[in-house]
Amino acid sequence: MTDLTHIRNFSIVAHIDHGKSTLADRLIQATNTVPDRDMKEQLLDAMDIERERGITIKANTVRIEYDALDGQHYVLNLIDTPGHVDFAYEVSRSMRAVEGSLLVVDSTQGVEAQTLANVYQAIDADHELIPVFNKIDLPASDIDRVAEQVEDVIGIDASGAIPVSAKTGEGIRDVLESIIANLPPPEGNRDAPLKAMLVDSWYDAYLGVIVLVRIKDGVLKKGDRVRFMQNGTVHQVDRIGVFKPSMQTVDDLGPGEIGFLTASIKQVRDTRVGDTITHEKKPCDGPLPGFKPSQPVVFCGLFPVDSAEFEDLRDAIDKLALNDASFSYEMETSAALGFGFRCGFLGLLHLEVIRDRIEREYDIELITTAPSVIYHVFMKDGTKIDLHNPADMPDLTHVDHVEEPRIKATILVPDEFLGDVLKLCQDRRGIQEDLTYAGSRAMVVYDLPLNEVVFDFYDRLKSVTKGYASFDYQLTGYRQDNLVKMQILVNEEPVDALSMMVHRDRAEMRGRAMCEKLKDLIPRHMFKIPIQAAIGGKVIARETLAALRKDVTAKCYGGDATRKRKLLDKQKAGKKKMRQFGKVDIPQEAFISALKMDS
Amino acid sequence: MPDLGFGLYIHWPFCQAKCPYCDFNSHVWAKIDQDSWTSAYLKELDRVAEETSDRVLRSVFFGGGTPSLMDGRTVDRILDRVQRNWRFENDVEITLEANPTSVEASRFSAYRSAGVNRVSLGLQALDDTDLRRLGRLHTAREGLDALNIARSVFDRVSFDLIYARQDQDIEMWSAELARALDFQPMHLSLYQLTIEPGTAFGDRFARGGLRGLPDEDLGADLWDVTQGMTERAGLPAYEVSNHARPRQESRHNLIYWMGGDYAGIGPGAHGRLTLDGQRWSTEAQKSPQAWLSAVDQASAETRVALSESEMCQERFLMGLRLVEGIEITPRETDIFSNNINYLKEIGLIEKVNDRLRLTPAGRPLLNAVLSRLFADQPPDNSLSKSSS
Repeated sequence: MTDLTHIRNFSIVAHIDHGKSTLADRLIQATNTVPDRDMKEQLLDAMDIERERGITIKANTVRIEYDALDGQHYVLNLIDTPGHVDFAYEVSRSMRAVEGSLLVVDSTQGVEAQTLANVYQAIDADHELIPVFNKIDLPASDIDRVAEQVEDVIGIDASGAIPVSAKTGEGIRDVLESIIANLPPPEGNRDAPLKAMLVDSWYDAYLGVIVLVRIKDGVLKKGDRVRFMQNGTVHQVDRIGVFKPSMQTVDDLGPGEIGFLTASIKQVRDTRVGDTITHEKKPCDGPLPGFKPSQPVVFCGLFPVDSAEFEDLRDAIDKLALNDASFSYEMETSAALGFGFRCGFLGLLHLEVIRDRIEREYDIELITTAPSVIYHVFMKDGTKIDLHNPADMPDLTHVDHVEEPRIKATILVPDEFLGDVLKLCQDRRGIQEDLTYAGSRAMVVYDLPLNEVVFDFYDRLKSVTKGYASFDYQLTGYRQDNLVKMQILVNEEPVDALSMMVHRDRAEMRGRAMCEKLKDLIPRHMFKIPIQAAIGGKVIARETLAALRKDVTAKCYGGDATRKRKLLDKQKAGKKKMRQFGKVDIPQEAFISALKMDS
Repeated sequence: MPDLGFGLYIHWPFCQAKCPYCDFNSHVWAKIDQDSWTSAYLKELDRVAEETSDRVLRSVFFGGGTPSLMDGRTVDRILDRVQRNWRFENDVEITLEANPTSVEASRFSAYRSAGVNRVSLGLQALDDTDLRRLGRLHTAREGLDALNIARSVFDRVSFDLIYARQDQDIEMWSAELARALDFQPMHLSLYQLTIEPGTAFGDRFARGGLRGLPDEDLGADLWDVTQGMTERAGLPAYEVSNHARPRQESRHNLIYWMGGDYAGIGPGAHGRLTLDGQRWSTEAQKSPQAWLSAVDQASAETRVALSESEMCQERFLMGLRLVEGIEITPRETDIFSNNINYLKEIGLIEKVNDRLRLTPAGRPLLNAVLSRLFADQPPDNSLSKSSS
């Protein structure tokens, strides 16, 4: 157990590509936390997907031991937080687990939007901030300009900013010293009843669920019986430890410390982020504030491309769910796609991550259907249906009205892109609530329907603002609107997996866009194929996919017979990756690509 | 079962330069010892003859690579051995593929003396810019000169053109094809440029290069123009890319398309041999060096027995390339009935007596037709319902 005055807890705030992971790597290296031979890049990003996309999905922690220039020995805990709007709640909990942040800014680029969004979260959590200007080894580095920006835009003192090169290692020691000198040590009372925050958790095949905790008060020991206050469950702690960054057991964890516990917990579902952990016998006065149970907001169907793989998919989803409390699922049957699962996610990134993991880690190819939100459908007979799947929309004659979820979206954007952002929000049925300026940046607040945001809003926002906008949202409630189910018919047959709920006023536009997209996504067949969008029985948009005109191998002689025969077999296998709707083969990627809007 | 013929294919794997569109087994070597290569071919001819000397030879075909880089003496020694090992049909066809350069044209007489009676010239284009783009070493003028020499030496001369080239529109191709038809050839091979993976063009295409290639619709228009012009000139297609005056078809290639037997000799050469009722697919070592040393140890070839369904697939995929189509057995008619009916309904194939063939509309869609024919038959008859 380390004395409070010798502990510093911090996170790193940075825009993507400004060098967060490299800086973390250097801090770990400079303190010999990891032997050189075990070092690899982006050490803290454990999953392949995290490394590849440069995003962090799970909170990762490392405990760094540091002998400072004052001759004292310190323990520094770094929490690497997830950095995406889907995981906003998880980020806010991670931020609450530390007292300060390094604000990393690329000195060749300056402050960017994502920096801002994350800084405000850090400020919200009362963090002390240490500006760190990275990439000073590059010729384009301009520290004075970046310092001025930090003061103007973020409004914090940049005089103590530390110039570093995470690449060469220059300035790393200054960062460590500044953490000791400028970040406050954690507060806490070791004699008070145990009060610890559940920061994150994940499943390990050998140890069961591993729970990342921050001790606020009291002491946690192996063998303790603890209560998870929000979840109402009691567990006996069988192991506690810290991350260096590999797991090392310790005897106890005291106030201010960050570490893990295991307690033979089988399901991540029982360990909810933000929960308060206390002793069963001598509980603390009450749970920590700010706990929110996680609620899936985006739903879509996941179907195996090869219907024979349904059981494998069930197995994969069961296993993934063990490690992800925020992901929900139930079986679904589709006329077109067969057996699959209707799954709920925190947002689209979450959806993509789960889908990628199923395809990659379990080697199952998937068809993903249109993401949808939960609609409240009020029937004429007075009943109410929670609609997760547009395909289940009841006949309009029985429907009284439909309500949809709305969000309050906050967007920070350099003013040169403001016009594009306003147009995007307006196009997505947004209602402007606020517009203010901070320096050359605008902050706009919009009331938006969630269904206009779930699919590709964030992608579009990034694209129209060249990545300079940041975006956050919270659900505000439900509101009635003129919502209808739009069906897509391919060769006169409805494709249920492409059905979607749309606003009546936007239906023609969406229908046309869908038909045009599908025309490009479906390969030509030996006959021409009408592609239509319809509401009820009424066709509102139509495209025609011309018939195939040329598909023949120019040369085929004695040496080609074997190859052609194998090609035929391969084509036959390839056809299995398509879904047949009547006479038409639709490639799997069409189901998701068709929904992306380009404008 | 009618005798579908027996042919010999001899692969000469060397070229002066690799053409960027070509995915054949070809190699550029600084120096080739023709004597040791000749010995290897002779040894292989003897090996093949051990099993097939009772067959009557309909055709010999020298392909490549560039067989017109072979010395006249090399061709002579090979054909001499062929003649010793097999009996010939009366009108045996002996073809050699040639590049139309002056150097190669100078060997034509020697080839003729050796026994070659037909050449196929790789003219490819009648336009210098396009010849350069295709990586060819000859000019249009040189090509036409070689054509004239060939016609003075051989009774039967065919030449190849590649169309659907970069930036080629319908007018440009019709003009070029009209010039080619003015020569009143007996036989013409007209290939649409195909970008094959693993070639220089394939790599460029994958990197986003090679702009100006025709899209499917222009490709189809070029095809239609080609069919019309050749028919009017008396050289209708008898196969997807091959056109001939009556009885001037390539007898050798007909063996392939009609499902006859052929022995393949040389690096990477394929063969199909029926021995004691079993049809075999044979394939020789692909790398020239490996082939040479393997021939020494009498092991240049691997064989795979073809199953009944593989034989059926090959018969269809080769035979339907022919305008006259294939004979189809009652059993096959039964197995493929749903798919055949469907394809008949949409007008891509037709059945006349016992022959199954593509309609003019179906011919440019052969791959789609084949993949439909061999697709799993739906359990019910839903696919043969007329479309609504």
